[in-house]
Amino acid sequence: MKYLFILYSDEDDWETMGDAKRSDIYGAYMAYTDALKNAGVHISGAPLSHSREAKRIRANGVQDGPFADGKEQLGGFYMVDVKDLDEALEWAARCPCASMGHVEVRPIWNIGN
Amino acid sequence: MSDARAIAKEAARASYGRLLAWLSSRSRDVAAAEDALGDAFRAALETWPETGAPASPEAWLLTAARRKLIDGARRRNTRVLSTPALTLAAEEAEAAMRDDKPFPDERLKLLFICAHPAIDAAIRTPLMLQTVLGLDAARIASAFLVSPRAMSARLVRAKRKIKVAAIPFDTPGEQDLASRLPAVLEAIYAAFGAGWDHEAGAEADHHDLTGEALYLASLLTQLLPDEAECWGLFSLMLHAEARKEARRKNGAYIPLSDHDISRWNTKMIAHGEAALAHAWRLKQRGPYQIEAAIQSAHAAARLHDRDVSNDIVMLYQQLVEIAPTIGAYVGYAGALAAAARAEEGLRLLDTLEAVRVENYQAYWAVRAHILGQLTRKQEAVSAYERATGLAQDEATRKFLMQKKSVLGAQHTGKL
Repeated sequence: MKYLFILYSDEDDWETMGDAKRSDIYGAYMAYTDALKNAGVHISGAPLSHSREAKRIRANGVQDGPFADGKEQLGGFYMVDVKDLDEALEWAARCPCASMGHVEVRPIWNIGN
Repeated sequence: MSDARAIAKEAARASYGRLLAWLSSRSRDVAAAEDALGDAFRAALETWPETGAPASPEAWLLTAARRKLIDGARRRNTRVLSTPALTLAAEEAEAAMRDDKPFPDERLKLLFICAHPAIDAAIRTPLMLQTVLGLDAARIASAFLVSPRAMSARLVRAKRKIKVAAIPFDTPGEQDLASRLPAVLEAIYAAFGAGWDHEAGAEADHHDLTGEALYLASLLTQLLPDEAECWGLFSLMLHAEARKEARRKNGAYIPLSDHDISRWNTKMIAHGEAALAHAWRLKQRGPYQIEAAIQSAHAAARLHDRDVSNDIVMLYQQLVEIAPTIGAYVGYAGALAAAARAEEGLRLLDTLEAVRVENYQAYWAVRAHILGQLTRKQEAVSAYERATGLAQDEATRKFLMQKKSVLGAQHTGKL
């Protein structure tokens, strides 16, 4: 079963924290990514740049940013392939983002099955 | 919470469990009994902490539940409440209360039902927490990292199984004790572990099941006072709980060797020692007693400044002999390292099957520690990274990364 982990956290916080803390968090994510890979469940994943860099496109044209006013914004994702939802939740709980913001766990809709 | 409020809550919980055990053992329908008592129990939890527990808590709950039973009996087609057995059981319960004797405690039957071999091992602890203590599914779900909806569905399935398979509500006989007590103990310990895992979380109070687990362990020692392992488990949990305040400082994890022992609960440690002494007197060796003895030795080491490292190695040796779990082996390796036998510890870790340890956080943390002792720096760094990636809470991650940075090396992998 494939799942998408959608990571939400305070992106402004990330910009204002000191280098030492940023490097800690970076290290925690690297270790987590390695753990997913070691377990053979990692498909892909990436951090996203600040949401001010985002563009929105619709039929009526292109706009800048989502400019979300919520405290936590979409900041990255992982796609994993695990046995079931229990295992997905277990891995999501280990994601550093689960302690800093929250992680949404969504099954990938398997078209064709 | 004030003492009076805590006592009232405990009275509500105890009488709820006793009534539920009574009603479900006679009607054989746990879900229906829960249904009948649910509103009354919620009302008790709301009012008793204010007013104090009534003189006869069971009578109060049953009277409050009565309306629902009568309504259910009237509407014959009601799914479960119409069960005549339940109404009959309620009448028997009332009769039992008319005498001045305390209400019969049949919670042991309930504990053994929850840990019955026909019940899936993964749902035993949640089932116990819900039936014996009346915890709601959402709270249990979050402690076990399961979605609330899925947890409710699993609990419903388990209760249906008890009913359909007609699993008997018997007082466990000698044979049941031997074969099923380990499952009961394991389920209680799992509740404690689930509370433990989450203690560092932001919603620690909500997740914390350690108090509930201690209550169950204590209850079991009262229900089965001649079973040494019940006392062993209770002692083990008391020792661990006694150090709770010292395990974290400003959100950081503090290892046992660095605990500020003035933050230990010495009264609880004494309580744990007494429980262990009681267990030894019964002369039945078992894994929980050995684990409790290990914790007792750790406490003595710090409190009386004694070198217990060799005693702990010996205890682990006994533990892996009778209960060769992966956790016991990892603990044994750590104990060897603490007794200046790091090489042996590492050799022991190397014998463990890779598939059993690859996602086991404690294994990598202990391995990293031992490699660090042996000054195999690069391997230690990569083991610390693996442990970090498997950690579930911020405090543990910070601790491990701190230990890694002391080794003074760079990350080996890529994002």
